[in-house]
Amino acid sequence: MLTFALRRLMTAIPTLLFISLVLFMVLELSPGDPLADMPLTIPPEVREKIRLAMGLGEPWYIRYVLWLNNFFVTEPMYWIDGTFGTDLADGRQRILSYQTRSPVFDTIGERIPQTLKVVGTGMIIGICLAVPIGVISAYRQYSWFDQIGTFISMIGFSVPTFVTGVVLIVIFSVWIPNDSAFWLPTVYDTGLKVTSWDTFVAQVRQMILPSAVLALYYAAQISRYMRSSMLDNLSQDYVRTARAKGMSEKVVVLIHVLRNSMIPVVTVIALMIPGVFTGAIITETIFKVNGIGQQLLLSLQGNDAPMVLTITFIFAVLIVTFNLIADILYGLLDPRIRYD
Amino acid sequence: MKLKSALLGAAASLVFAPAAFAERGADGHVNVLYWQAPSLMNPYLSGGTKELEVASPVIEPLARFSPTGEMIPHLAEEIPTLDNGGFAADLKSITWKLKKDVKWNDGSDFTADDVVFTWQYCTHPEGGCAQLSKFHGVEKVEAVDAHTVKVSFAEPKPYPYATFSGPMQPILQKKQFENCLGTAAPTCTEQNFKPIGTGPFKVVDFKTNDVVQYEANPYFREADKPAFATMTIKGGGDPEAAARAVLETGEFDYAWNAMVAPEVLAQMTAAGKGKAVVSFGTLVERIMTNMTNPSSQLPEGERATVKHPHPFMTNPAVRKALSMAIDRELLVEVGYGETGKPTCDFVPAPEAYAANNTSCLKQDIEGANALLEEAGYVKGADGIRAKDGVRLSILYQTSTNAVRQDFQSMIKDWWAEIGVETELKNVAGAVYFGSDPGSPDTLVKFYADVEMYANNFDGTDPAAYLADFTCEKVPGPDTGWQGPNYNRICSEDYDAMINELNRTADPAARQALAKKINNWLTVDNNHIIPLVHRGAVAVHGNSLGGVILNSVDASIWNVKDWHRVK
Amino acid sequence: MTDSINTAKAAAAAASYRPPRNQWWDVWDQFRTHKGAMFGMCVFVLLIALVALGPWLWDVSATQTNMRMRNKPMSWEFPLGTDQLGRDILARVIAGGKTTLAVGLTAMCLSITLGATIGICAGFFRRADNILMRVTDLFLALPLLPLLLLMVMLFREPLVQSFGPELGIFLLIVTAIAMTSWMNTARIVRGEVLTIKEREFVLAARSIGTPARRIILRHILPSVLSPVMVAATLGIANAVITESALSFLGLGFPPDFPTWGRLLQDGMPYINLYPSRVLWPALALSSLVLSVNYIGDGLRDALDPRIRGR
Repeated sequence: MLTFALRRLMTAIPTLLFISLVLFMVLELSPGDPLADMPLTIPPEVREKIRLAMGLGEPWYIRYVLWLNNFFVTEPMYWIDGTFGTDLADGRQRILSYQTRSPVFDTIGERIPQTLKVVGTGMIIGICLAVPIGVISAYRQYSWFDQIGTFISMIGFSVPTFVTGVVLIVIFSVWIPNDSAFWLPTVYDTGLKVTSWDTFVAQVRQMILPSAVLALYYAAQISRYMRSSMLDNLSQDYVRTARAKGMSEKVVVLIHVLRNSMIPVVTVIALMIPGVFTGAIITETIFKVNGIGQQLLLSLQGNDAPMVLTITFIFAVLIVTFNLIADILYGLLDPRIRYD
Repeated sequence: MKLKSALLGAAASLVFAPAAFAERGADGHVNVLYWQAPSLMNPYLSGGTKELEVASPVIEPLARFSPTGEMIPHLAEEIPTLDNGGFAADLKSITWKLKKDVKWNDGSDFTADDVVFTWQYCTHPEGGCAQLSKFHGVEKVEAVDAHTVKVSFAEPKPYPYATFSGPMQPILQKKQFENCLGTAAPTCTEQNFKPIGTGPFKVVDFKTNDVVQYEANPYFREADKPAFATMTIKGGGDPEAAARAVLETGEFDYAWNAMVAPEVLAQMTAAGKGKAVVSFGTLVERIMTNMTNPSSQLPEGERATVKHPHPFMTNPAVRKALSMAIDRELLVEVGYGETGKPTCDFVPAPEAYAANNTSCLKQDIEGANALLEEAGYVKGADGIRAKDGVRLSILYQTSTNAVRQDFQSMIKDWWAEIGVETELKNVAGAVYFGSDPGSPDTLVKFYADVEMYANNFDGTDPAAYLADFTCEKVPGPDTGWQGPNYNRICSEDYDAMINELNRTADPAARQALAKKINNWLTVDNNHIIPLVHRGAVAVHGNSLGGVILNSVDASIWNVKDWHRVK
Repeated sequence: MTDSINTAKAAAAAASYRPPRNQWWDVWDQFRTHKGAMFGMCVFVLLIALVALGPWLWDVSATQTNMRMRNKPMSWEFPLGTDQLGRDILARVIAGGKTTLAVGLTAMCLSITLGATIGICAGFFRRADNILMRVTDLFLALPLLPLLLLMVMLFREPLVQSFGPELGIFLLIVTAIAMTSWMNTARIVRGEVLTIKEREFVLAARSIGTPARRIILRHILPSVLSPVMVAATLGIANAVITESALSFLGLGFPPDFPTWGRLLQDGMPYINLYPSRVLWPALALSSLVLSVNYIGDGLRDALDPRIRGR
């Protein structure tokens, strides 16, 4: 397993380099113009000058190499400078966004806290709900619990978040008057610092709606996989053997069956976790969380290639990492799996 | 002394009830929502409306425009004119006298050097300044003394106010931006996010595309203003959510550009928590007709170029019929309600320049049918008119936007009634309004027969806006698909009128000529089919007073007068 | 000589040989006993019938605007009311269903087939694993929007020219959705295959020299069916929503082409004023996903020999 992990890490580097090239080319070739949302009153020759000032006059390979250099050399220098107070970077050019004209990493850093809080909470709640629901639904297949669980999770998945989000807003923020204790804010305050009990309550209140929308969405998916995988395993021979040996139901289900059923669930969760970083585009926009998802959307709409490239590349690194972690977990869950 | 000012204040309060009791910062905090979040605070680097809006409480130009288009001196003592001698008789220079008691919000003095620096900042060849066109024809800006600035033009300039007035060209502080010239401009993050200004508020915190925190500027030249001690401008969401946060949940005091369906707005305001305010600028939603053939059968590089005239759109009768078949009143009712007016004009405002045509306002399907019949287009078996084998089949493109798609559906039906077949197409705004020469779906490439969008002009002088349709401004492969003459109009008459306009300084003559050009483009030839004169709309809570919406200048231009209604 | 003997033998064999009952009949019998599956099947058939026969039963244009009949509530004339341009909502739901069902089902099938194939190959053939999974990583990392913009720019015109506007855009959308949604299925199937191929029955099959193709089709595929069914259910919902997002961005069908996702989006601004505009398309969409889910459930049970035997 160790050699496998090492080998995978070695291949990860060329893979990521290749991914970065493909990402760059997709952004380069797809139609779109970083100046599209500027007013039409700005004449074309001025636009051309702005474009040159953004560095778009250089050929693509130079811009790509510049970005690589910035990402792997300059930005880490700035990071070291920031952490240890050194002066390695020496005022070198950083990765600048076309839209904000500021360093891309500053913006990402500004946005990570709210994304982690809201999307992360949504996902943790989702997983914590989905696993027990999936287990019980499978163990008591076609019971009322199972039927209702199926129904809710299907609604949760088939009704898009832009509908559930707005429905929750209408119920909890419009219908309930805003002097009531049950009223919930619809606008996330990113400047709120938790320093006291009151600010903590305010923070929790502003996280409830967006996290609930996301939790429903994640729980719907995971619980379906959990249930189907449990069902597959419950009918296996080893379950009958375990029961015949007189093991308690609790041990049979929660130790033997659950462990063997985790493989698809682990895969799904490993695929979801990097998504915490890119945020939840629609939910963040509806509740004005203004995390990474909303920034990514704005950057995509504004054709802000440096920002999109940096965010998606970090996302790619996370995907490669978490898929590796998932592969290692497979080996732990089922020792029969061998990779070499 | 104190008593005297208090008495004066009391006297003033009789005139200006409830605002006058206010002293600076007495009314606490105000929450503003801009659903399009600002990316930075420097209008010279962005050019976007949202950026110059949020920058307007901080950095100010020499003069602003009132909602009706009059100029109001801000950092200038007075507006220089031919009469008071500030504008030279040869039309080649203008001299601005600056106010003497103005301080930057760091406490230093505002001087003519800052104005000169602002000109240098924007005209630096490598700076990529978005407002460069405002300095077009400016030969030199010099400080005559510490409080006098002279702007000289290379050629006589009948309208000299494009420079340094309006929200696009606020004055930057020389001391702060000194090291941000040229290629250094985008690297000055601190300066671009927190510019030092002379306005009523200063920036405390700026999070890009998210939130701006302001506090009252302690050095502001009007001692009792602003009434609010702090202000937050939050970004994010969509127009519906913005209107909801003010009118339904009451979380915010003011929301900008709350463009929602008229019935939805009516329902939200019915809750009684706030109201909508509208202001009409020069924005016109219009349909442009393509004079060249956009057929995909033509080879790339010849498609939609002057080489191939359009098979039927070049016929004035067809364009006129298309315009006649449209019921503009109904479009307004469905799409804009109180926030739009039907119009037949390309220049609908200011009043002095507006031709106020009304001939197109009444829908005339019969007349349009008769006109096409007369022009030789007869209905075929499928109900579509044709002449010499050329069918009146139109590709109608616009950007993705709920109201525009509703307009497309309605207009398609009306055109079907006059025997014109319409295929609809919508393109994502980021592509449509972009100018990527590689994309076939842009506004400027115009690979369609008609296209719909909205445009306006800055300030109050339409000369440059009217001059967009000369032969030399036709976009094509030779110009790298650049040029504002999307229609590909090329007419000697029109070019001659534009030449004349550029040489006329007498206001009355300019206005008459501008109206003539407007009519030539619209009601006479129907190259442009204006649909709706769109207003800017904002919503604010009942407890926020002093809001006067402005769509000629920044919409929150008078934020210093905002106050809490008790 | 030998020929005639052979034919005679074959004829004799044919006469005495009664083919054993086809296993698919067993599957059908088992499927029929599954209440949920039968219910899902009924809803699904109903939806198909609504979409296929709807235009005959309800002969009203889905795109014709009628300015005098805007925002009408439910009535006999307009069973589901009208929208802000006076278009009949029932007609729009029927017309939208055609596109939505076609796009959703086709894109889901394509995506599942692609995902399952890649997943099985990666899980089964160790040599292919690394390269296939790195390709999967690549696709997972690609941002959807620029990729779709690129595909639309490159392929819309040629496809529309060779297949006509409707079929051309349909092909483009279906491919775009499938291309950007197969990765989860591939990862999940691969994970399952990795454990299944080490199970005793696969080892047994391998030891008697069963070729890889046969092992995959007879042994591996049925065992990974249940996660594939879940992926298929989720895939339909995903395809429908992606399609509506595409159309919304102007990358999909032209604006006068209703689909359920689009109706949902168009209704959103009016949710507080006319909730039914969101309710009907949401209901249609949910019943489609729910029915496919129950059919999948039943099919999984029916195809599992251990359950079928009971």
